[in-house]
Amino acid sequence: MAAGFDSGTASRIVRRGVGGSMSAVDASAVIVAPQGWRRLLRGLATDPRSAAGLALVGIAIVAALFAPLIAPVDPELPDFVNILAPPSTSHLFGTDELGRDVLARIVYGARASLFVGVLSVAAAAVVGTLIGLVAGYFGRWADALLMRLMDIIFAFPSILLALAITAVLGPSLTNAVLAIAVVNLPVFARLARAQTLVVSRLEFVEAKRALGFGTANILLRTVLPNIQAPLIVQGSLLFASAIITESYLSFLGLGAQPPTPTWGNMLRNAIGFLELAPWLAWFPGAAIFLIVLGCNLLGDGLRDRFDPRD
Amino acid sequence: MLRVILIRIASLLPILVGISVVTFSLIRLVPGDPVIALLGMEADEASIQALRSQLALDQPLVVQYFAWAGRILTGDFGRSIQGGRDVLSMLLGALGPTALLSLAALVVSLLISIPAGIIAATRRNSLADYSASFIALCGLSMPSFWLGILLIMGLSIAVPIFPASGYVSPGQDPAAFFLHLVLPAITLGAALAAATMRMTRATMLEVLRADYVRTARAKGLRERHVIWHHGLSNARIPIVTLLGIQLGQLLGGVVITETVFSWPGIGKLTVDAIFARDYPVVQGAVLITATLFVLINLATDLIYTALDPRVRLT
Repeated sequence: MAAGFDSGTASRIVRRGVGGSMSAVDASAVIVAPQGWRRLLRGLATDPRSAAGLALVGIAIVAALFAPLIAPVDPELPDFVNILAPPSTSHLFGTDELGRDVLARIVYGARASLFVGVLSVAAAAVVGTLIGLVAGYFGRWADALLMRLMDIIFAFPSILLALAITAVLGPSLTNAVLAIAVVNLPVFARLARAQTLVVSRLEFVEAKRALGFGTANILLRTVLPNIQAPLIVQGSLLFASAIITESYLSFLGLGAQPPTPTWGNMLRNAIGFLELAPWLAWFPGAAIFLIVLGCNLLGDGLRDRFDPRD
Repeated sequence: MLRVILIRIASLLPILVGISVVTFSLIRLVPGDPVIALLGMEADEASIQALRSQLALDQPLVVQYFAWAGRILTGDFGRSIQGGRDVLSMLLGALGPTALLSLAALVVSLLISIPAGIIAATRRNSLADYSASFIALCGLSMPSFWLGILLIMGLSIAVPIFPASGYVSPGQDPAAFFLHLVLPAITLGAALAAATMRMTRATMLEVLRADYVRTARAKGLRERHVIWHHGLSNARIPIVTLLGIQLGQLLGGVVITETVFSWPGIGKLTVDAIFARDYPVVQGAVLITATLFVLINLATDLIYTALDPRVRLT
């Protein structure tokens, strides 16, 4: 349920077709393509909001990649002498009901969240974009059929559909990735379709068609680079949404199974100890909150870079 | 208007058919025998054979689907594996608490988001704007079940004002019902409020830049009148649209909130059924919830048309 919303303001834009000429057009819901990735990253780093988002996401990525080096102890190592110990110098975030170090479990929990977030959004982006490209470029029956399929997926509340898919296929991290990818497919498909409808009718695309270039070449080497900007922005926002959905599934016991630590299943455990050990609920929840906040800040920054009038 | 409604309903039919196909397919995705999935491991051979014949499992999938759809349309959603209760009556019984919780969340959201969005828009780039926007962003980023847990820790355990879980029927004890409703409604309404506040702010900013607002100010109208009668009346359309969409999404969000607070709605029923492998209930809950979601979106579209007669739905 967490995602930013864009009011979709009209903007005067300049679009540069790859291999084509500059043209200035008034259009709605089409955003400015970046002049270069280096300039984009520099812009993000200088904007305090985006920089904060980059920092938060960066910390999570570092934690996930270097967990064995960062975590103080093995996250699954029980310590029955220090059960439900409060935060202290020896256990910075305290211990849980089996004496396991909470900080170590949170560091390792970043792996599950990022694994699911990256893979599910990447899968949804690739498949959804392909669907949108085909639907927008060919139109007619292809468009009608593919968009009706997307409408059917969209007809289900996303968390409910993800729940149903993991319930049927069985609880695991892989099935969580699949479920979240399926529910996010229509977002990319619709966005890619809308952008393709506009770009595929521009002169430089018609020129490539007239020159005899194949459809795959036109779609992947001409249309796709010109529609990538909004897809990237959407991807950053859906990454946040995917992490939250994964935490929901884990909280309900349908994500990664114990003893694998995930922030969601840590919160699930914490419910039984709210009075005795409230720290079990503070830190995993804060971890989810901070990484999602980082993604939303980054997404807002990307959107503002691409649409200065917003 | 009637023609628009009929066209819209007709366009929904393929979606509803698609929902039914997906829901029908769910059970077929469960590893193993779908009859065992529907009756449970404890079922006797006679029941298994009877259901196998009823479901026409020896027939092609298309025949099975139409047999299932026919039963659904006559109100036969099957029987719960746990306890043998009629699934449809279980679902209808759970809809009431879910509807009450959803409406309460919507009220919480409106009370917070509309004033906050207007203040942020009219005092752009001020401390009030930045604060409201940041709080809204935090609201969007916070997982709802964590907010629920924090509220339980603060307002049920540390300072015991509200009960941590449970449900009392409003007819039975209105005061107790209200006390049980507050925390789940705030939990569910907070994320809704955050998104609505951002939409309100963005839309009001657009509207307040419009020529007719400039004209209204030039005529000497009071700022409050300009904002409420000229600004908000034009900004309400995208806000209402967003609320309609969000209300539909609430049907998914209630799953988590009802689980945290043990609120006996359709969300908790679905989760309990999943863990009990009570697939007839899961199937029925998914079908009912998705259908309601589609109908809420239809209602949103129609309200949108009623608010703005310039819009023609095609």
